[in-house]
Amino acid sequence: MNLETIVKELGLEVKCASENLKNDVTGGYTGDLLSDVMANSHEGNIWITRQVHQNIVAVASLKDHAGIILINSCEPTQDTLAKASQEKIPIMVSNLHAFELTGKIYNLLEKKD
Amino acid sequence: MKLRDVKEILDADVIVGEDKLDMEVNTAFGADLMSDVLSFAKSGSILLTGLTNDQVIRTADILDIAAIVLVRGKRANADTINLAKELKIPILSTKYILFETAGRLYAKGMVGCVEKVDNASARN
Amino acid sequence: MPVQETNHISYQRSFYIEGGNFNYAGIVSTSIKSILKQMDFPSNVVRKCSIVCYESEINVVSYARKGVVNLTINSNTIQIEVIDEGPGIPNIDLAMQEGYSTATQKIREMGFGAGMGLHNIESYSDAFIISSELGKGTRLLMTINIKQ
Repeated sequence: MNLETIVKELGLEVKCASENLKNDVTGGYTGDLLSDVMANSHEGNIWITRQVHQNIVAVASLKDHAGIILINSCEPTQDTLAKASQEKIPIMVSNLHAFELTGKIYNLLEKKD
Repeated sequence: MKLRDVKEILDADVIVGEDKLDMEVNTAFGADLMSDVLSFAKSGSILLTGLTNDQVIRTADILDIAAIVLVRGKRANADTINLAKELKIPILSTKYILFETAGRLYAKGMVGCVEKVDNASARN
Repeated sequence: MPVQETNHISYQRSFYIEGGNFNYAGIVSTSIKSILKQMDFPSNVVRKCSIVCYESEINVVSYARKGVVNLTINSNTIQIEVIDEGPGIPNIDLAMQEGYSTATQKIREMGFGAGMGLHNIESYSDAFIISSELGKGTRLLMTINIKQ
């Protein structure tokens, strides 16, 4: 499944790098501790977090994540957006909290597999 | 659903609170930031987290969280476990990552919880 | 219940916080919560008091050398005053902004330091006053109305 389908199904707001919505999503990772995400997430994951500072872009880029979804209508900082555009990492925003958003994405990915 | 069902769904070990598995739990909140939990989680919810320190137990106590589920096979240290026993907060540990944990529970009908105190008082 | 004309003090107690010692961070808030519960205050009042107290306590442990929490229960309000001896806050407006944080990696690993604490404290208080002096310390005064 690609990001575009998830964006459409869940009504996510795309903040940057919309040219990369064809990225394939292989699974998901939910977490707010950068060291944890760095250590345990995988390539192609969609990363669900409430962290908004620019370090998230470095993590997503190093781990080759498909994209980042910010929960709870969190706004990325200017630095974060600039860096994500440069690194071509799509950042999306959902008004849901981590549990529900994760649940919905999990169900979507299960259905298509 | 009961805490026992949560244990089954997540293939979890019970670290504290074997006697509380018949407790009814229907809402969940997943987070690694305790301030996020303090800001939104509702009393009686279960807390899914990758953190294992004393602050998780304290936060759960402050909010009357029903139980804590540690993800990614995390174990708390002895002092933290003792604090949870003292404050009577059950702890489960599952090998699944938070994404999988939340996904499995959501698929079985558990719902998210978001509650601002102001909304709660407006209803009272 | 008889109508109270004055907001007179019915209970007062102080608690001490040791800066930098995360082993005990939260212990004051747990005590205050259990005191308020025993006094039979409504659960949402207890909850608001516990949350503002806990976030403040974490701040003192994270940034200050030591602090004191003064719990004052009046007929209409519960006041929680937290005074610390520490570096103080250079720019309060900036510190109040959600997401702004000067937290160390250690604090972040505890699940705090994401720039939400003061914001949470303000939003759960019915009245909130903050003042700070550089090199001396910070004072927070949170008021929670008993009748919500």
